[in-house]
Amino acid sequence: MKVLVCISHVPDTTSKINFMDNDTKFDTNGVQYVINPHDEYSLTRAMWLKENQGATVTVVNVGNATTEPTLRKALAIGADDAIRVNAEPIDGFFVAKQLAEVVKNGEFDLVIAGRESIDYNGGMVPGMLAALLDFNFVNACIGFEINGNNVTATREIDGGKEVLATSLPTVIAGQKGIVEEKDLRIPNMRGIMTARSKPLSIVEPVAFDSTTATINFEKPAARGAVKLVSADNLAELVNLLHTEAKVI
Amino acid sequence: MAVLVFAESTEGKFKKTAFEVTSYGKKVAEQLGTNLVVLTVNADDITSLYGYGAEKVLKINNTSLATFNAKIYADVIKQAATKENAQVVIIDSSSNGTYLVPLVAVNLNAGLATNVVALPSSTSPFIVKRKSFSNKAFNNSEIKTAIKVIGLAKNSFGLKEQAVTGSEETFSPTLINSGVTSTSVDKSVGKVTIADADIVVSGGRGLKGPENWKMIEELAEVLGAATACSKPVSDLGWRPHSEHVGQTGKPVTSNLYIAIGISGAIQHLAGVNSSKVKVVINTDAEAPFFKAADYGVVGDAFEVVPKFIEKLKEFKAQNS
Ligand SMILES: Cc1cc2nc3c(=O)[nH]c(=O)nc-3n(C[C@H](O)[C@H](O)[C@H](O)COP(=O)(O)OP(=O)(O)OC[C@H]3O[C@@H](n4cnc5c(N)ncnc54)[C@H](O)[C@@H]3O)c2cc1C
Ligand SMILES: Nc1ncnc2c1ncn2[C@@H]1O[C@H](COP(=O)(O)O)[C@@H](O)[C@H]1O
Repeated sequence: MKVLVCISHVPDTTSKINFMDNDTKFDTNGVQYVINPHDEYSLTRAMWLKENQGATVTVVNVGNATTEPTLRKALAIGADDAIRVNAEPIDGFFVAKQLAEVVKNGEFDLVIAGRESIDYNGGMVPGMLAALLDFNFVNACIGFEINGNNVTATREIDGGKEVLATSLPTVIAGQKGIVEEKDLRIPNMRGIMTARSKPLSIVEPVAFDSTTATINFEKPAARGAVKLVSADNLAELVNLLHTEAKVI
Repeated sequence: MAVLVFAESTEGKFKKTAFEVTSYGKKVAEQLGTNLVVLTVNADDITSLYGYGAEKVLKINNTSLATFNAKIYADVIKQAATKENAQVVIIDSSSNGTYLVPLVAVNLNAGLATNVVALPSSTSPFIVKRKSFSNKAFNNSEIKTAIKVIGLAKNSFGLKEQAVTGSEETFSPTLINSGVTSTSVDKSVGKVTIADADIVVSGGRGLKGPENWKMIEELAEVLGAATACSKPVSDLGWRPHSEHVGQTGKPVTSNLYIAIGISGAIQHLAGVNSSKVKVVINTDAEAPFFKAADYGVVGDAFEVVPKFIEKLKEFKAQNS
């Protein structure tokens, strides 16, 4: 089984979000980058497939050279090799197009991505990739098993979960639950050492007309100060929620 | 030309978001000087859609579509869009909507914007505002393709009544095969879900242990709210993963979010910031959540919550 894990390189969850050049560009000053949290769960699940079902695991990112430390981290966690598509992503469709080429060329039969990346919040790439490749697709996946060609996957639905039966080739968009928090892997010293010599290949992007463009960014309007209510006067809180906030 | 909206229903009944996407679709149609067409699948009574501006309802009744299937539904939406010559296709952000929308966009060779929070600021070029950076920013995006697909963020536009004299038409799409089949659905019945809730009551590590969730559940019941929790609470197994909200959990877009014993870490706030009104109950007046909240009570949850429940019950008794 050839598994491809899609790694989005995103600002650490504690990052302050600022923009520059007339709010047209994200300001990367002082920002730490990490593996997108959802992708971290997916990568850990892929490690399990490697150790227990003989899968080979490749990680891929569409991005410029600054994303390489993130790919090296994924190699340190245990991926066998890495691919970087050398392009600044324009939007989710651009990324999906590039990844589709990688999947075709590498003959992968299982692609594991994350439910969404925490920067652009598109939630687009995995579904678009599946549609471009005509692969099966499971979104918001919180657990799956592979048996030969058969895949049993659980997805989260509003208010519960649904079990789906499908088969390879498949794209799975994972999130927390696909593995438990406590099972997440952090790279150890040996992993970090071996990651340095693992192959990281760079491929050039395919060209096509983009479908969307970012015009600019905005920050939410500043909010007013909190109104404090005494713990001895909760009737006042009820009253405020009813008459002022009008939410009850 | 038309604007096409997919109005989702469960067991024949429309979800609230079906009326929200219809309200939104009507305004977009007005901006474009065209009509709104609403697609329904196995809905019992479609006349309610007329109240939100549905000029035409495309009605599908087909038992093969009783269980949601993303690939098949996406293809059905494509057929409807093609038949109606739709310029804009609008889908909600439910778990099914977010599953569908990238497939629909690829099927239609359309540019896609998800998490959209407002009407297009301009239709030529076509520019929409979407949430990004986990609610820490917005992004104005141009969709450049002939057909545009929009994923509308829940509770961002609201319901706007606008009655029209609508008409219905039966639609019988051809159904493609899907390599994915649903084998079982496990859904809590009668419980309000975080996705659909107008009010969410959420507990954090400050509640000390799972045995203390009774008062959270009681408060939720009084308010008709869904229950939620912070990430460590679900990691510790006090509450199910499905209740974890925040940047890496579920987004909360309710009208009211009540955070009890939650410190307000940046990752938590990122996921709940789009809730319209936030109330925090915390012993520590320095807890960061107070900076992000509208109303706050500095106090011990074990004393405050029972009193709050009591006052709410009194309020309800007077107002019913
Ligand atoms: C990559 C990453 C992603 C993350 N994603 C998320 C996410 O999606 N969602 C999320 O929630 N967190 C997330 N976190 C975790 C986040 O950083 C915080 O650790 C977490 O939100 C803290 O949870 P808490 O507020 O319940 O607990 P704590 O930080 O322990 O806070 C408990 C609070 O309860 C108060 N308290 C104590 N006793 C009482 C009492 N009797 N009455 C009232 N108040 C009391 C305390 O004053 C304190 O403020 C993430 C972290 C990382 C690194
Ligand atoms: N630039 C990228 N390179 C590789 N994978 C990506 C990239 N962007 C997004 N992905 C994958 O697609 C998922 C969903 O991302 P998005 O559609 O951007 O929300 C992420 O969790 C990643 O697995």
